[in-house]
Amino acid sequence: MTVLAEQQEDSARRTRRSLTLSIGLLLVGLHLAVALLTLVWIPYDPTGMTGGRLEAPSWAHWAGTDRLGRDLFTQIMIGSRIALIVGAGAVAIAAAIGVTLGVLAAFATRYLDDALAATFDILIAFPTLLLAMLVVAATGTASLLSAILALGIAISAIVARLTRILAKRVLAMDYITAARTAGSSWPSIVFRHLLPNIWPTLSVNFALQFGLAVIAEASLSYLGLGAPPPNASWGRLLQEAQGTVYTAPFGAVAPGLALVSLVIGMNLLADGLRDIGDPTRRRSR
Amino acid sequence: MASVVLFVLLRLLPGDPANALVSVGADQAQIEAARREVGSDLPLPQQFAHFISSLARFDLGTSFVSRTPVLDDIIARLSVTVPLTLLSFLLAVVIAVPFGILSAVKADRWYGGAISVVSQLGIAIPVFWVGILLVTLFAVNLRLFPSGGFPPRGWGAPFEALRALFLPIITIALVMSASLLRYVRSATQDVLGSDYLRTARALGSGFSEALVRHGIRNGAVPVVSILGIELATTLLGAVVVERVFTLPGLGSMLLLAIEQRDYPNIQGVLFISTLLVLLIGFFADLAQRWIDPRLREKAGSVRR
Repeated sequence: MTVLAEQQEDSARRTRRSLTLSIGLLLVGLHLAVALLTLVWIPYDPTGMTGGRLEAPSWAHWAGTDRLGRDLFTQIMIGSRIALIVGAGAVAIAAAIGVTLGVLAAFATRYLDDALAATFDILIAFPTLLLAMLVVAATGTASLLSAILALGIAISAIVARLTRILAKRVLAMDYITAARTAGSSWPSIVFRHLLPNIWPTLSVNFALQFGLAVIAEASLSYLGLGAPPPNASWGRLLQEAQGTVYTAPFGAVAPGLALVSLVIGMNLLADGLRDIGDPTRRRSR
Repeated sequence: MASVVLFVLLRLLPGDPANALVSVGADQAQIEAARREVGSDLPLPQQFAHFISSLARFDLGTSFVSRTPVLDDIIARLSVTVPLTLLSFLLAVVIAVPFGILSAVKADRWYGGAISVVSQLGIAIPVFWVGILLVTLFAVNLRLFPSGGFPPRGWGAPFEALRALFLPIITIALVMSASLLRYVRSATQDVLGSDYLRTARALGSGFSEALVRHGIRNGAVPVVSILGIELATTLLGAVVVERVFTLPGLGSMLLLAIEQRDYPNIQGVLFISTLLVLLIGFFADLAQRWIDPRLREKAGSVRR
């Protein structure tokens, strides 16, 4: 390939990449804006009867009404807030536990490292949702907090494994040996050398896990193990919509679209971040 | 190892399992009796030893709630979950492999890009939403398939049973093929950029001949390991789909058991599914070695 053609292809790729990032930012930004908006204003009282039962979408009710005559669009808007809280909360917990354990395993003696690595592997063999179901069951009552906690714990195994692998790779580098030789303490190695180097890859993974957490929370709510009623989780909206699918099939469409748009937004954001954060990958696609 | 994790997770569940046995107004003596029966009055190490020894004998105990042997119940439910998982898996592979290869080979054509976009959509869609939409379309509007349930006679009525499983299978296969497709696509991309493919082409084989003769064997190794993981995930993830279509499978058994705090059932389901997951991993390993002789030679030293 000539140099010119290569450059052209490179710039085409860069355009596509920034498009990916922009769409991702747009979708996530939209949900964030809606979530913030619900704090100060919502179109209808989410718990009040504001229209007929199971009305089809109209100008007054953009997504129709549910079986109790509550406005669905309002509930979907509140659902954005819940999804973002759950996603952010779960990822924050997973990051705190996962990065700590992962770094610990990378630094630990051989036996402790092996034990931790085996534990991560076993936990990962169970799907996030299944682990989260068990944790919800363990915390007794289903609440927003228990859902966040459950997903955070379930995802932390994935984060821990990734952190361990990344950290081991970095710790084998010459500059770490140099820092050690120069007498750096291990906290200084962790915070000054290790974390900054693995952070780009980790943050991409966090964005992906955020999307997965949103899906998993919706699934938990769908199964009746998520946040209880006043919290309008998309999963619960979908579960209720399934009950009235013969009379009001539209109810199952809007909450699902909201959910998918947020998850796609997060995935695109992750793709875009990966390419920005890691210039060495630019060639590989 | 997995059994230790299981045991710890199960004991973390608050509430004494004995509570499931007694009625609400039970007095202390009744509770004590129930605890003795369940074995939760014993010290933890003893409970654990008992747990391990019965697992080794494949004795999964009897359900606290329905009083039936757990293993029998599990086997009955596997007759729904296993066909569901395997058929969806086959369908997903049949969709994902050709489309994945196509989207990598024809990345510069519109349909190559379109396939990638669709698969990007597919990994963002929760499986239960796909299920609900398919129910809306095929069961409510077109009335082609039942919206849920499984014939009470089970596989005694094979046609009915297949009809009941049709929509669930499509649901899982659609979602699973989206993520599989991405792996097939990136494996194909690796093959396309490889030196051996270029050499084969230079030696005069046609493009598709080179891809089939040299590409498939090489590309299949990473894909097979992903296939194993995906198959395991589907098996365990059937919980949600079984709820959507109200199928009496392993997943709904687990869900019910969690709601009722029916420990032997939870334990049994998790034990059997862990076993199946390990088996799947083992077969995926075997398949990889069968495909790639290089893995056979290294086998002894690499495995821990």
